[in-house]
Amino acid sequence: MSVTQHAEEIHDQFSDQLDVSVDEIEERLDTLVNEYRIPADEARRSVVSNYLDETDMERDDLGGGSNETVEVTTIDRDEQWVDLRVQVADLWEPRSESISQVGLLGDESGTIKFVAFETSDLPELTEGASYALGNVVTDEYDGDYSVKLNRTTSITELDEEIEVGDDNVNVEGALVDMQSGSGLIKRCPEEDCTRVLQNGRCSEHGEGDGEFDLRIKGVLDDGGEVHEVIFDKDATEQLTGIGLEEAKQMAMDALDTTVVADEMAEDIVGRYYRVTGPTLGRYVLANEMEQLGGVDAEATLIRARSM
Amino acid sequence: MSSIPTREVARRAFAHEYNDASYTFKESDDERAPVYALLPTGARANRVFVVGTLTETEDIGEDSEYWRGRIVDPTGTFFTYAGQYQPEAANALRDIEPPAYVAVVGKPRTYETDDGDVNVSVRPESISVVNAETRDRWVVETADRTLDRIEQFDAEENEYATMADEQYDPSLSVYKENAVEALQSLEAEEGEEPPEAGI
Repeated sequence: MSVTQHAEEIHDQFSDQLDVSVDEIEERLDTLVNEYRIPADEARRSVVSNYLDETDMERDDLGGGSNETVEVTTIDRDEQWVDLRVQVADLWEPRSESISQVGLLGDESGTIKFVAFETSDLPELTEGASYALGNVVTDEYDGDYSVKLNRTTSITELDEEIEVGDDNVNVEGALVDMQSGSGLIKRCPEEDCTRVLQNGRCSEHGEGDGEFDLRIKGVLDDGGEVHEVIFDKDATEQLTGIGLEEAKQMAMDALDTTVVADEMAEDIVGRYYRVTGPTLGRYVLANEMEQLGGVDAEATLIRARSM
Repeated sequence: MSSIPTREVARRAFAHEYNDASYTFKESDDERAPVYALLPTGARANRVFVVGTLTETEDIGEDSEYWRGRIVDPTGTFFTYAGQYQPEAANALRDIEPPAYVAVVGKPRTYETDDGDVNVSVRPESISVVNAETRDRWVVETADRTLDRIEQFDAEENEYATMADEQYDPSLSVYKENAVEALQSLEAEEGEEPPEAGI
């Protein structure tokens, strides 16, 4: 993108609040880029910050300008302003009161997590509906990307249906291990923080009461490959038959939360499962699962005899 | 999937082959480097997954509990030992009433007897009671994995096959026969099953 294009975009973003010409903006950018040798993105950021100060605006208030419309799986940097054309693939239960909606947005390339905040006062998205979303911000946590909707985000429902690409993987094998941090866990109650407490402490927010949740981090191993799988609350209940309320009761009766993981391990370790779901970092998130039963020996027998 | 140090895969091998895997080695000088048992069909095993019938458990410890379990598959017997450092597995061996189908995840361990033989056993990470379907699936899967290894044995640059050749000079046909017999034993069982009782 040229300095002029950047200048035009910035001009669009501030045209309502600030009487400044494209030329003036371009001159400021040009000074930074060509005299001070600052990368264009940084220069733009600096100029925008300056105008934000002048107009007493917050970065979140910035109007759309013209962002690039991107595919969700191409997002690989945080704090980028982008436009999306997506279908709401999944809505989850928000873990914090400050979050109005959280879930997955999908387009042909795959899916990405999104978060919308109460303070942004946006119309609610409907699961299964397709939208053009203008001006969302990318975010990164632990190498995984998501997008945040904000009060400047434009939401236009589309007549056409955006197809959601299948980035699901299918893994199967014996569940050979249930890792620590499985069973009845506590998550940090701070707003927008879902970290699991270790000994009652959040690595970010320190000591806290925490909110109970269920999760299993399991390892599926087929003798050739190893896959780490995360079962969320619903998937854990489906897998083990133990729901959150029952788990809390078990822990209360035993005065110990680890009884839950022990009981779950007894039910699932050593069994074969097939799990389907999207990948998140090195994990597969279990959306669907089934326990695998016996198999026909015939095909393998034929194979052996033909060798 | 990425550069994160990967967990060792749990190999599948029948008891007959496993008990022949008496040669162990490390791939680095690091004290904590993983120890591998060399399977005669040409693969390294730092972890195994075994499903079979637990036929016998015995506390052979002197000062503290030390449990031995015999786990039988269609080709032979796996021996597993669990003491104070494997408390969960030791509990399982104490509590489970044989005979029972069990699944064991564990590490290969070898020790040399007084007369110079090397015995191979499983040091369990977990032992759980499973059903017959899981056992049957394991038998078929283990047969498939064994055949995979036999097929790959003569492939170029199969370093563990080369190593197995040097260490054992294995008779691959024996392990193939094991697989065939194991599969046949499943088919025979199916034939013997009584018809479902009507209600």
